[in-house]
Amino acid sequence: MLTVPATETRELAIDVRGVEKTFRIPTQRVETLKERATQLFSRAEYRQLRALRGIDFEVASGEFFGIVGRNGSGKSTLLKLLASIYRADAGSIRIAGRVAPCIELGVGFNVELSARENVALNGVMMGLTPREARSRFDEVIEFAELGEFTEMKLKNYSSGMLVRLGFSLMTHVDAEVLLIDEVLAVGDASFQRKCFDAFARLHAEGRTIVLVTHDMSAVERHCDRALLLEGGRIETIGEPDGVARRYLELNFGRAPAAAPGADSVSHDARVVDAGVADSNGEPASGFAQGEEITLEIVVEALRRLSEPVFGFQIVNADGLLIFAPEPIRLDGRQALAPGERARIRARIGNPLAEGHYYVHCAVGRGSEGQDPLAFRKNAADFVVYGTRGFGGVVALECSAETTVEPAEGSE
Amino acid sequence: MTAPAQRAELQEIRGPSALGGGVRRFFDLLWLSAVTEFKLGYHGTALGFVWSFVRPLLIFGILLVVFTQVFRLGSEVENYPAMLLLNILLFEFFAQATQQASTSVVVNESMVRKMQFPRLVIPLSVVLTNAMHTGLSLIVVFVFLIAYGVDPVWTWLLLPVILTALGVLTTACAMLLSAIYVRVRDIGILWAVLSTMLFYAAPILYPIEIVHGVFRDLILLNPLTPLFLQTREWIIDPNAEGAIEATSAHPWLLIIPLLIAASVCVAGPLIFNRMAPRVAEEL
Ligand SMILES: Nc1ncnc2c1ncn2[C@@H]1O[C@H](COP(=O)(O)OP(=O)(O)O)[C@@H](O)[C@H]1O
Ligand SMILES: [Mg+2]
Repeated sequence: MLTVPATETRELAIDVRGVEKTFRIPTQRVETLKERATQLFSRAEYRQLRALRGIDFEVASGEFFGIVGRNGSGKSTLLKLLASIYRADAGSIRIAGRVAPCIELGVGFNVELSARENVALNGVMMGLTPREARSRFDEVIEFAELGEFTEMKLKNYSSGMLVRLGFSLMTHVDAEVLLIDEVLAVGDASFQRKCFDAFARLHAEGRTIVLVTHDMSAVERHCDRALLLEGGRIETIGEPDGVARRYLELNFGRAPAAAPGADSVSHDARVVDAGVADSNGEPASGFAQGEEITLEIVVEALRRLSEPVFGFQIVNADGLLIFAPEPIRLDGRQALAPGERARIRARIGNPLAEGHYYVHCAVGRGSEGQDPLAFRKNAADFVVYGTRGFGGVVALECSAETTVEPAEGSE
Repeated sequence: MTAPAQRAELQEIRGPSALGGGVRRFFDLLWLSAVTEFKLGYHGTALGFVWSFVRPLLIFGILLVVFTQVFRLGSEVENYPAMLLLNILLFEFFAQATQQASTSVVVNESMVRKMQFPRLVIPLSVVLTNAMHTGLSLIVVFVFLIAYGVDPVWTWLLLPVILTALGVLTTACAMLLSAIYVRVRDIGILWAVLSTMLFYAAPILYPIEIVHGVFRDLILLNPLTPLFLQTREWIIDPNAEGAIEATSAHPWLLIIPLLIAASVCVAGPLIFNRMAPRVAEEL
């Protein structure tokens, strides 16, 4: 037996060295048979798309590893290489043990088949014997909460149901390594919670989990380490909070904490401090969509202020005013004496779209706060991340369904 | 619930392939998907698997009427209906299996794009499903042969030789077509035409002895022809010309179709194997 060097005591589950992946995309579309016939014999023209370059990383056995990055940065490609769905052009990938992937919507489902048949087939693909796959069926269905739909063809399933079935199956096949791509973007909130409970359990069992996600709060909360991809290269790898911060910077530009807010000069009042906190009162800079934001502003009176009015504005990165509340008045007080400080705590529901937001603060006088006394631009800032919505400034609650109507004239 | 993770050795991953991933798993998957597909084929139909033999019987009925009543061909041939029935069944297997296999990799796109498994399972399970249908029908066909008065002879025992040869050729065509179809969809239409051509250019509807001259040579070049000649000699009519007798004047008429079949059997696995690692990204 060789003695294992001290630095090697950490057992690896995944070892990726120098991996490259280039896609060939045909540049000309063949339309006619003649073009096609000539193309069969000539070398077709391709554009090279370098999806991944020089990818080096390792994941220790039992680690919960996050992969983040913008759309198109190569996350899914990397996961598919790990899952043996794509073949790498160069480099080596080594994995210890069985791999269960859950990629895009569900796993390798055949939508013409029922859940029962799909679980059997996919279970075997993930390494179970046919007997094991059949015997796990009830557990899989129970976890996915699809008890009433076991004999229904999957083409009649909603995307949420497909994800539930796929995720449930992958957690029941005893794989050592689980690869998950953006499943959480589709399921509802209660299923997401269930997913993370399952992750916690699998993590505790010592399984290795690789999770691709846009949800930085999930990365910070659950991952042991994370990797940030940018343009097909590894941009950062390491502690989740550092990776999450870097991701937010890349996505939403520099944090303005470095750029001090512009203060209006005033002899009446001064905005001492402004900041945002999460629902526990902990200072925070990032919020998941829907997570309540607490804005705290401290204002000092420089002389006696009778009936002061406080206000703030939330603007997005483009400078668009997203929200300004009704004027806020002192509770139970008429005036502030010189040197006294008022602390305003505003709790804001958060239907905001993903992005970077800035808070301007103001102190005024008059029924509507018409007479400004002091103003501070960019007094605070925060980031909202989430996967709801595809664009716009707010993430509205939205659910959609589709029906198809027969063509006119047909029966 | 599930067993705790075990420590395993790091192993090199080389991406998807045609086979790969263990023999056991390959056959488990192949069997499971063929059986599933077999059941699915009749899902929701009133007659269920009865269709396996009703379908070729119906085709046989039509052809029998046309060729005995309209063309008056059948009456001169020994056991013509029996020959026709068996030939139709064998050709239907070849035609259905290859036609369905050609689109199979593309049809199962979502599975190929999201899951790692030996890609060869897809076309092979199509062939296997069709073999199950054909196997069922063969039982019915042999009951018919005996009822019709065809004498059982020892050469009936050679049927597995014919079935194996047909199975191998069908499988090779299935691999070849499914691989090409991923990039060149035109092959689907082309193959529909080509297999019709193979049908008429083989002694399926007619006995070989009624064809003469150049046409006879052309028919003998068809790689399916030796199979049908042999089927007739061994099963239906021991006095009919077998593949060797029919080509005794020009042995190259036997060698060329065998060479064509052999090259398909080499090209099929080769081309499929080349396509398999990249198919997921091209779909
Ligand atoms: N099968 C494919 N063929 C061609 N290009 C692809 C294919 N899959 C991904 N790409 C390209 O590779 C890049 C990375 O894609 P992907 O890995 O899906 O990114 P992400 O999951 O991070 O959004 C993108 O530019 C995408 O268009
Ligand atoms: Mg992706």
